[in-house]
Amino acid sequence: MAARAQKLVAFVALALVVFLLDGARAQNRAPASQPRRIVSLVPAITEMLFAIGAGPQVVAVSSFDEFPPEVKALPKVGALLDPDTERILVLRPDLVIVYGSQSDLGKQLERAGHRTFSYKHGGIPTTLNTIRDLGAATGHRAEADKLVSSLQTRLDAVRERIKGRAQLRTMLIFERQPGTLRSVYASGGVGFLNEMLTIAGGKNVFADVSKESLQPSVETMLTRAPEVILEVRVTRIAEKAPALEPDAWSALSSVPAVRNKRVHLLTGDYLVVPGPRLAAATEAYARALHPDAFK
Amino acid sequence: MISLDSAESSLPRRLGGASIRGRLISTLIGFGTLAVVTCVLAPLVGTTSISLTRVFDPSIPFEQNVDAQIFFVARLPRVLAGALVGSALASAGVVFQAMLRNPLATPFTLGVSAGASLGAMLVIIFGGAFALGPLSAVPAASLAGAAAATAVVYWLATRHGHAISTSVLLLAGVTLNSFLSAIIMFVQYLADFAQVYRAARWIMGDLDIGGYDSLLAALPLVIAAFGLFALLPSSLNLLSVGKDAAAARGVDVPRAQRLAFFSASMATAAAVSLAGPIGFVGIVVPHLVRLLVGVDHRIVLPASALFGAAFLVACDLLARTLLSPVEIPVGVVTAMIGGPFFLWLLVRKS
Repeated sequence: MAARAQKLVAFVALALVVFLLDGARAQNRAPASQPRRIVSLVPAITEMLFAIGAGPQVVAVSSFDEFPPEVKALPKVGALLDPDTERILVLRPDLVIVYGSQSDLGKQLERAGHRTFSYKHGGIPTTLNTIRDLGAATGHRAEADKLVSSLQTRLDAVRERIKGRAQLRTMLIFERQPGTLRSVYASGGVGFLNEMLTIAGGKNVFADVSKESLQPSVETMLTRAPEVILEVRVTRIAEKAPALEPDAWSALSSVPAVRNKRVHLLTGDYLVVPGPRLAAATEAYARALHPDAFK
Repeated sequence: MISLDSAESSLPRRLGGASIRGRLISTLIGFGTLAVVTCVLAPLVGTTSISLTRVFDPSIPFEQNVDAQIFFVARLPRVLAGALVGSALASAGVVFQAMLRNPLATPFTLGVSAGASLGAMLVIIFGGAFALGPLSAVPAASLAGAAAATAVVYWLATRHGHAISTSVLLLAGVTLNSFLSAIIMFVQYLADFAQVYRAARWIMGDLDIGGYDSLLAALPLVIAAFGLFALLPSSLNLLSVGKDAAAARGVDVPRAQRLAFFSASMATAAAVSLAGPIGFVGIVVPHLVRLLVGVDHRIVLPASALFGAAFLVACDLLARTLLSPVEIPVGVVTAMIGGPFFLWLLVRKS
């Protein structure tokens, strides 16, 4: 009986030691305060990482990443719909940035012992909070705080510039089949595009649509009759066929924006990315909407 | 033609009917009234209420007349496009079903629409902006894609002899459909989000053409196809019984098949290039019409063309008004209305 009790005690002790050792190992494996090998699958977040000085820690980015130019030299490991899990694992990352909808990938990476940071597009406050959270997660808290306050300052400066001016009823277009009025996509009343437009002194004609984007019909565009049409394009489609572009809108001549030649075409990927360049984008929107405020 | 048996059993009786002219006239008046009433009423209805007196008031310059612009730029082209596409797809469906002797055939069975879609995808994703006369880049590319797919399928089906082998046509068409769909997926996979979204939206179908240019570009093709359709009904009646029976009654089978194949492909190509592949019209309308007027193609074909126009215009009216200011893709509406209604008719009949 005593022998059995002894055996039991020994077994329990052994189990305890193994448990504690394992715990210690787990602690060793636990995230270092400053990850050295970050994989970012979200272009907006990549921009934030580079802007807060965590760029040198980034080892791979998504296949859609193009900014800052440094990312062109980094390996591409898929994107939202096609993350290359195997290549991500081979890179032995200590922090993987995934998009909110990639929950399976997140779970898979966590099971493999990798820390993840999940992100979802939201409004400007979401972007600013994300920058702060990234600062905390990557050991660049001070730089992140500095970036956030500089962005806030720049946004406030835009607000200050256009203060007292009429809010122009604006339709913000970010996609359209070139040369036609088909497949038009406009910003709805939620999301960062709508918020940037508001700060820039525009009043979204689709403010009542509680979606980030919508595809307005020709009739809807005629009825909403915007005073300004602000068309932001990532790619330089307009340059390929500049002759075709003004014609497309001229069909809607009863729309004040068309009649008064207030259809503005802005080109550049920074115009539609909820990242550190959103202040620059807001400034560009404001310059187009209220050019006389920037004279 | 729910089953071919019913077609066979009822053909002799119906074909022999001396009152065909009378039935044709009464059917045309019935379906024609429906189509005309739908097309006249549809532009008057929308998310905004417009005043007709303002629309036609010549004293207000067009640039300042919002009501007139809503009527002439937004609604009228849309209704006309719906009528054109609806009648083209419905009659192409009738022709393909008879020619292939397959009640499940649609205008999209033989790869024409997949070819058109691939053409459109390539321009949406890689292409810039170009224009061929009134044709803008996407419709032009989708017409080219449709023509290429039609040529490939025809070449395959006529490899062994002059006559079209309908079984090869069907198999080649279905295979080409899957093959081209795979290429479409691959092309989309290479593209970025905004383009994939636009491409996906194109496939759902859209009649909001915002002008008459693309309508005018599609019109000659549809008119030519309808002209050829006018030559078809009698031979389709016999072809749908069987090739041998048709040949025995003096039908030039290879010629009739060629005519049917090319005219229906042309109508489909024009419709898809104008509005994307709007599903369900090409299968639901012909079957509905057959349930209502019998199987004689001399009546089914014009009735389907008229009913197809009314059906698609009505579906698009719902698509643009139900969830305003957001739109429902018209292809979703045709499926949501056409599907259950068709099933109900099917069950009720049996």
